[in-house]
Amino acid sequence: MTDPTSLSPLDLETPDKTFLDANELVINMGPQHPATHGVLRVILRLDGEKVMGLECVIGYLHRGVEKIAENRTYTMFNPYVDRMDYVAAVSNGLGYCEAVEKLLNVEAPPRAQYVRVILTELNRMASHQLWLGTHALDIGAITPLFYTFRDREEILKIFEKYCGARLTTHAFRIGGLQYETYDGFEKDVKTFVAFVRPKIDEYEELLTTNRIWLERTKGVGKISGKDAIALGVTGPVLRASGVKWDIRKALPYANYKNFDFDIPTGENGDTYDRYLVRMAEFRQSLRIIEQAVDHIPEGSIMAKVPKVIKPPVGEIYHSIEAPKGELGYFIVSDGSTQPYRIRVRPPSFVNLQALEVMCRGQLVADVIAVIGTLDIVLGEVDR
Amino acid sequence: MIAKLKGNYGSGIEPLTYLGQNYMVVDRSLIPEILQVLRNEEQFDYCVDITAVHYPKREKQFDVLWILYSFPRNQRIRVKTQIADGETLPSSVPIWATTNWLEREVFDMFGIRFDGHPDMKRILLPDGWKGHPLRKDYGILQQDNEWVQINLGIESGQ
Repeated sequence: MTDPTSLSPLDLETPDKTFLDANELVINMGPQHPATHGVLRVILRLDGEKVMGLECVIGYLHRGVEKIAENRTYTMFNPYVDRMDYVAAVSNGLGYCEAVEKLLNVEAPPRAQYVRVILTELNRMASHQLWLGTHALDIGAITPLFYTFRDREEILKIFEKYCGARLTTHAFRIGGLQYETYDGFEKDVKTFVAFVRPKIDEYEELLTTNRIWLERTKGVGKISGKDAIALGVTGPVLRASGVKWDIRKALPYANYKNFDFDIPTGENGDTYDRYLVRMAEFRQSLRIIEQAVDHIPEGSIMAKVPKVIKPPVGEIYHSIEAPKGELGYFIVSDGSTQPYRIRVRPPSFVNLQALEVMCRGQLVADVIAVIGTLDIVLGEVDR
Repeated sequence: MIAKLKGNYGSGIEPLTYLGQNYMVVDRSLIPEILQVLRNEEQFDYCVDITAVHYPKREKQFDVLWILYSFPRNQRIRVKTQIADGETLPSSVPIWATTNWLEREVFDMFGIRFDGHPDMKRILLPDGWKGHPLRKDYGILQQDNEWVQINLGIESGQ
């Protein structure tokens, strides 16, 4: 019999055999599925409930963003960037604006950098809160969803007051910021920090020592540090496998050098460790926000950038630590107002490759848990 | 490190730097060897990205890039090579496991095949799609109308 995953399940029906005789069952976890965090199709090969192999079919949300980039100017492309990882739109914008600023050889002024860091860390928290709610929901714990979304509202309110949008914020511009922080921005951020600290303890109280949570997540989806590096996995998934690496510390960008924070790591590389790493990242983000909000310097928010952005001929690769992993932008400029090629290196795309390795020999229910713990956003996988 | 590589491979490698980022332009014939050396001896154990750029007016139309990062050295490097339309490259899947999907995407968008890849098929576009969208001669509003008609049952997506 030919390899089942290369055929659609219907082709397996031969006249003298039926599905019931086969040892392996090929099941399609189709693009429309409540637990796949978007339109992801997973073809599972099962022996009973055990996963023998799986294949991901992606591309249902492919919008051709890289092709569009070749037909827009640099400033016109800025809003498109938010729509890729729509959960953490501010990080996407930060990566893109910094990459183009590097090409232009300008640096955003200090005030802009502080505000950028604050907004990016707030966005990291919002992204992790959404991750926690949906991941717990997939596994069966319904309550954390309501808690995290209720607290996420406060962050979205700050974004709305700042730039008018909650989700796809377009908060940054090439060279700095467009909008000055509104009156009461610092006060809002400080109130938020005080508000959310006990809430994180609440989330931990619900899940960290919960027996059902431990049974569902300990030992599930293990990946070793060596495998993770070979597979190119980055972000909390890599840190939970023991590799202490964060681009904010290794190759700092946007004045992260001025802030004091730790890099949480795990040991086993299973789902529980990834949960613990992301919970610890909440607290580290709060630390950064606290340090930043007290010291926002006065000054201009926009560097001297020409009205028409025409970077000199050259190429550049710049990456940032998005909540999901290493988000990289490779921009090729041919001296005109439109980029010649923009390549987005999406963390979710590369992390999703590891799904196969992490799910071998696990049960079907664990596949759902692992998809949730990888924290993928299909907008980024498919672009 | 660059000096050592240049010493070994002479004119096949051209090291350059732009805005503080190091990259090497490498001859197509040296490709599998250089990548192996970079991974095994120079400890570039993480392949960040593989991508391509299309220059239709050039004789060697495609620029294929590998962006590599080394954890022990905390350094990033780009390896660039130039190939003509229709030429293939050896797959880097035996070197870094992450290149599996990255090479599939380059094939899908540009049509550059990688020899020895375990599963060379389209990844983002549907399997039966004709054409490679990120090439410069593929219009922004163009799509595979035949595929759309057969599979979606409509005249055109526009």
